[in-house]
Amino acid sequence: MFTCHPHSETALAETSRALTFSQAINEAIRLEMRRDSSIIVLGEDVAGAAGRAHLGLIDAWGGPLRATRGLITEFGPTRVIDTPIAEMGFVGAAVGAAMTGLRPIVEVMFVDLIGCCYDQIINQAAKMHYMMGGQLELPLVIRTAYGTYGFEGRTYGGGAAAQHSQTLYAVLAHIPGLKVVVPSTAYNAKGLMIAAIRDNGPVVVMEHKFLGTSAKGPVPQESYVMPIGKAEVVRQGRDVTLCGIGRMTHVCLEAAGDLAQEDINAEVVDVLTLSPLDESTILESVKRTRRLVVVDEDTPTASMARDIAARVADKGFDWLDAPIKTLNAPNTPVPFAAVLEAHYVPRAHQVVAAVREMLG
Amino acid sequence: MRGESFDNSLQIRQSLETQTMPNDEAWGSLSRQQARWIYRHLNLIRQFEDKLKWLVETGVPVGAVHYYTGQEAVAVGVCAALEAHDLIASNHRGHGHCLAKGVDASRMMAELYGKVTGTNRAKGGSMHITDVRVGMLGVNPIVGMGAAHAVGAALSAKVRNSDQVVATFFGEGAAGIGVLHEAMNLAAVWKLPVVFVCENNGYAQATPVEYAIPVKNIADRAAGYNMPGTVVDGQDVIDVLQAAKVAVKRARERQGPSFIECKTYRYYGHHQGDNPHRYRTVEEEETARSRDCIQRFRKQVIERSLLEPEELEALEAENSRVVDQAVSFADASPVPDLKELYTDVYVPSP
Repeated sequence: MFTCHPHSETALAETSRALTFSQAINEAIRLEMRRDSSIIVLGEDVAGAAGRAHLGLIDAWGGPLRATRGLITEFGPTRVIDTPIAEMGFVGAAVGAAMTGLRPIVEVMFVDLIGCCYDQIINQAAKMHYMMGGQLELPLVIRTAYGTYGFEGRTYGGGAAAQHSQTLYAVLAHIPGLKVVVPSTAYNAKGLMIAAIRDNGPVVVMEHKFLGTSAKGPVPQESYVMPIGKAEVVRQGRDVTLCGIGRMTHVCLEAAGDLAQEDINAEVVDVLTLSPLDESTILESVKRTRRLVVVDEDTPTASMARDIAARVADKGFDWLDAPIKTLNAPNTPVPFAAVLEAHYVPRAHQVVAAVREMLG
Repeated sequence: MRGESFDNSLQIRQSLETQTMPNDEAWGSLSRQQARWIYRHLNLIRQFEDKLKWLVETGVPVGAVHYYTGQEAVAVGVCAALEAHDLIASNHRGHGHCLAKGVDASRMMAELYGKVTGTNRAKGGSMHITDVRVGMLGVNPIVGMGAAHAVGAALSAKVRNSDQVVATFFGEGAAGIGVLHEAMNLAAVWKLPVVFVCENNGYAQATPVEYAIPVKNIADRAAGYNMPGTVVDGQDVIDVLQAAKVAVKRARERQGPSFIECKTYRYYGHHQGDNPHRYRTVEEEETARSRDCIQRFRKQVIERSLLEPEELEALEAENSRVVDQAVSFADASPVPDLKELYTDVYVPSP
């Protein structure tokens, strides 16, 4: 189980209770929907049992991580809209609704399914504001689950395999016009979700399947915004910077704990937003520690890990005492077998090994 | 739009081109051997999944699985009309399609167990079971995609001058996605030997069909692509078989694609963790189960003196052994070596 890691900036209010990551997302959406009637939620089974309220059946599903459960009972089917399986159609409809005064939150069940609606995201949503000369805003949130569930310790059996376990945020962050946030805790999930809803452009919110229920921590009851485009130092250290994205931030923290046993003092930066990337927080950390390891669950080629490494090499080369290391999933699809999947996702001992090698 | 609950009485037997034979005629032409084949496979699928469900409930980690139970008549009826060299492309709910097309139960079970002896060497799991040796082009969990692959396989058959027919299975949930319509249009304009088999089990995950589809019969949409569209009772294997025979004949004779909508019902939730009572009633389930395709066929073959009860029991016992053997085989098989993570790739890691 993951707990909320320390926050450098925001003191947790007295009203905090422990919520899971997905419950925090739910609360963020709920609070914003109360505040702003132009917000709608749509996607496949965001409620479930559509059209069956007369049988006493309602709210059967709530999305793959149950993050939208209960919204229909408060806001009704006009604002919480189940869609047929038609990603290109309903993501496009969300774009059209955003062009005409609504603030849609559209759910693509798994990031693997962006293949089914990629044009609406990369050619339509991402480009509208620019190519129409700023005539309209596109306040759209695209929520999507990513990553593997994780099956540590399992000696056989399997997961969700190649088409339901991918990370793929790099192919979204690559597109100019899209903001991409990757929360890591219940606390920052709520803050970033609210920021995404209030943003006037398209924002993709990446929700890790494993963190959805496993990342549980204190979350204040009231609304708060965490700025998009701001990374966070979640553990201070002087010997090396470990830069994590989403679930990998927890892997970095675990590695930092292990390294501390060896008197290696690792700093951990939680990237939180992939686009726009907070270069300065990462660079400042590297300036202090002089070493960088970036840990990324996505596949390596043209990945965020390598993008971050390139930016640091470009702007912080003089501060570095060692070549930057990047840790990614291998350059393969996600395998089914649990024993293979366990070796697919970067793990703490690999981070520790990378740091040891770096420190010689 | 259906009434208050899922209308599964299914007396309808509509055909836009009424080419199908009445059921009596179908029964008349059914040989003992065919009846045995049908019962063997109906029962094998049921027993395989009963065992799988038991394994899941006792904590065996088989990954994400979508039970086919209740829909057996569709897979078996369609595959009974196909030749061994014909091809099928399936969807996420594919165990029945695999077994009906002849995928080995032991290799399937080993795949679910994540063992290297599995059909896909443990790379795929339930949602990707593939065995090209028996013409099974793949279970595919991205909704509607199998239909396009079926069109491509049929195009390939045409170009290769093969008489192969390709059947593709998808749920009513796929009826709203673009790729299915693109695939149907391509198959029609290119006059390809495809049989589109829509398994309308009433639910796309937790979304009832009457919410997501504005027509009573999805088969009506076939008219928009100038192909025959037939609605059959998907809980009656002979009804499915008859429609499939007509569609396969049309495809084999290179007259073009057909569309068969099978009204059926999945007995369990969308996947192993889903409680269907959050979106459908127990009464509705009981109605569907009262028309169980296997019990019906069993009763009918006995009444028609086509097969003796002892023969059926012997088939059941044999299937039971096959399934037990599948579990033992899966259990005893090794997990893949870690180097398998990096095999079967076109672009190697540096």
